[in-house]
Amino acid sequence: MRFQLAVLFAILASAAVSAQHGYTRAEVENGARLFQASCATCHGPKGDAVRGVELLSGQYKRATSDEQLVRIIIEGLPGTSMPPNNYSALEAGMIVAYLRGIAAGDNVTVTAGDLARGKALFEGRGKCATCHTPESRTAPSLAEVGVLRRPLELEQAILDPSAELHPDYRYVRAVTKSGTVVTGRLLNQSTFSVQILDSAQNLRAFNRADLREFVINQTSEMPSYRGTLDSQEVADLVMYLTTLRGRR
Amino acid sequence: MTKRVFVLALVIMASASLGAQVSFDRLLRLQSEPQNWLTYSGNLQGHRHSLLTQVTPNNVENLELAWAFQALSLEKFEATPIALDGVLYTVQPPNDVIAIDGASGRTFWTYTYRASPQARPCCGRVNRGLAILGESLFMGTIDGRLVALDAKSGRELWNVTVAGASAEAGYTFTVAPLVVKDKIIVGPAGGDFGVRGFIAAFDPKTGKELWRFNTIPGPGEKGHDTWAGESWKTGGSAIWTTGSYDPELNLTYWGTGNPGPDFSGDQRAGDNLYSNSVVALDPDTGVMKWHFQFTPHDVFDYDSTQVPVLADIEYQGRMRKVVLWANRNGFWYVLDRTNGEFLSGKPFAKVTWTTGLDEKGRPQNVVKTTAEGNRVYPHLAGATNWYSPSYSPRTGLFYVPSWQDGSAIFANRPAEYVEGRSFLGTFPVGTELSINGTQSNRRLPSGGHGAVLALDPKTGEKKWEFTMSDVTDAGILTTASDLLFSGGREGFFYALDARSGQLLWKAPVAGIVQAAPMSYGINGRQYVAIAAGNTLYAYTLRQ
Repeated sequence: MRFQLAVLFAILASAAVSAQHGYTRAEVENGARLFQASCATCHGPKGDAVRGVELLSGQYKRATSDEQLVRIIIEGLPGTSMPPNNYSALEAGMIVAYLRGIAAGDNVTVTAGDLARGKALFEGRGKCATCHTPESRTAPSLAEVGVLRRPLELEQAILDPSAELHPDYRYVRAVTKSGTVVTGRLLNQSTFSVQILDSAQNLRAFNRADLREFVINQTSEMPSYRGTLDSQEVADLVMYLTTLRGRR
Repeated sequence: MTKRVFVLALVIMASASLGAQVSFDRLLRLQSEPQNWLTYSGNLQGHRHSLLTQVTPNNVENLELAWAFQALSLEKFEATPIALDGVLYTVQPPNDVIAIDGASGRTFWTYTYRASPQARPCCGRVNRGLAILGESLFMGTIDGRLVALDAKSGRELWNVTVAGASAEAGYTFTVAPLVVKDKIIVGPAGGDFGVRGFIAAFDPKTGKELWRFNTIPGPGEKGHDTWAGESWKTGGSAIWTTGSYDPELNLTYWGTGNPGPDFSGDQRAGDNLYSNSVVALDPDTGVMKWHFQFTPHDVFDYDSTQVPVLADIEYQGRMRKVVLWANRNGFWYVLDRTNGEFLSGKPFAKVTWTTGLDEKGRPQNVVKTTAEGNRVYPHLAGATNWYSPSYSPRTGLFYVPSWQDGSAIFANRPAEYVEGRSFLGTFPVGTELSINGTQSNRRLPSGGHGAVLALDPKTGEKKWEFTMSDVTDAGILTTASDLLFSGGREGFFYALDARSGQLLWKAPVAGIVQAAPMSYGINGRQYVAIAAGNTLYAYTLRQ
């Protein structure tokens, strides 16, 4: 099987080193996932698949400082097969924190995901694409989610979608004084009025004074995948989502 | 010349000279001319309370738009106009001064100021207003200069640099200057850029600096040892809200801003005096008589840049000269303004950064933020901010614009100082409340909302609260007819009953209100003015 790396493997990261470089443990873990989603494609899971390069050794021919490593990750190395990468300085910094962590040694375990299986889950059995389309009015587009969310946040959103609700996708229930019940997505509200995209996809506005009841749901419309997907499948999905980076 | 004509001429001359010359004596007796609004807060005591009473709780529903002045600027419109004899003087951001007919909204003249492109204000190219003395208007600019204009023509009288206030290093003047006697008092913003703050007085005739009080003591000065190493040089403690003045005590009171870097405390160990403090200065010399620090060694950006509200109240059985202070840190304080003695400090919003204040007002058990970050209440924008409060001597209540239930995750990570660059540390996350306003709001009420609070300084109790769905950046005006005017991010300007908090009137203003209201009179008619969005609106009773 081509994606042999899609098995659990232990990754060593050092909390001490991460603190020294100003990165938190969560960011080192994110760096580990970003490494797998991107660097490992060519460099391999142990960072040694390119001849003459030992990414996890802590020794680099063309860089000594973290800043130089960040620049190489983002800009690539002209004249070599190392391409530029669509990462922010923060994201590249997390990858560096991870590389430094392994070189120093301390245990953090993460599950490596499989891009192809993640894509298949997204489009197939996971039914993610049912709602999360670029044209959707009811769920956020995920076309750039790999830039907007870190891997740990993506995992949390899959397993516990109500833990952190996107304020643009809150759903409400309003009952008018005449008893009509309207449910839908909250678009705006003020002290005096509310604006909703109702379940029939109509734009509706109400004066609060005309409503008998107005409740903002505190749970997500998205189902939790805890128990539906196993940890490997969640990792696969996260791996795929981190590659959705728009057209930048 | 007949005797009758002569008398008439005398009357005209007297009124003309009265109108033309705004002596400091007039600023001391503003209660005798409530039709004019001659300082940022309406009086030197910071009350933002109009003595005009034509608009009342009974007729306020008949308020209608008299005119609207559209600023040729898309910057935030934060200025409070000066009103003198029917003419409004205000600042179209960043630094254009405009004289407007207060009855029609038509322009008399415009002074255009071309600010240096090197200016780097933290939070928009804003200006909060002017000061007036004699026949001159005074303005600080966002590129660190002071300007004086002829109020009749808009002609520039002088335009001076202020020593050390380099635009490239982040020094900007956004505050409306305060006139005390024969001096113009201002201080620079820039506390998010590692400036060293100061309050300075200038000669109104020439712009020459007369004294300077450094809000961070230099080597050898008392309080210098509250800054570790060289951190005092970039410690912020900036000035961006107008101070107040007590003529009897001859003290001018100013609130100071956050220590820098805002969220990284380790590199500036110590209390960081006089950041986040009120300082009481002798206006003749700039010498500090006392100070009170609200938030020692702040790592939450809790600037104390609020308007000091001076009130004489009965407190625990005896009359006290106090300063009322609802602070960004979530506590509202009553201090004795003769000596800075702490009388009381109570939370007016959810507060978790400290467990409370001791008997001297010092916060106890302050949260020590970690590199991972800690969720802390209030939000980095505070439980209130620079938004003008109001004090009504009639109701005895202190009215405060507030952010309720706001929080954010603050992380402690090092910051590197580079001149002219933002010097903050790690910007807080984990909040839906934006420092800059938007016109849409999809938050849960528990995620934070705005409110106008009526606080009773005598009892320490909250008398009432007017709750808004969104947060607010609007100041408050009260009137001697017991009306309260304010607004918020939702694009409404509204009037409440100052005694009960009941909503009496509202008008859509098509933009976020991030200024404070004022009131003025012309020919026996009362007007109420407010800047919202990019427009200045004036309301009066339907004829």
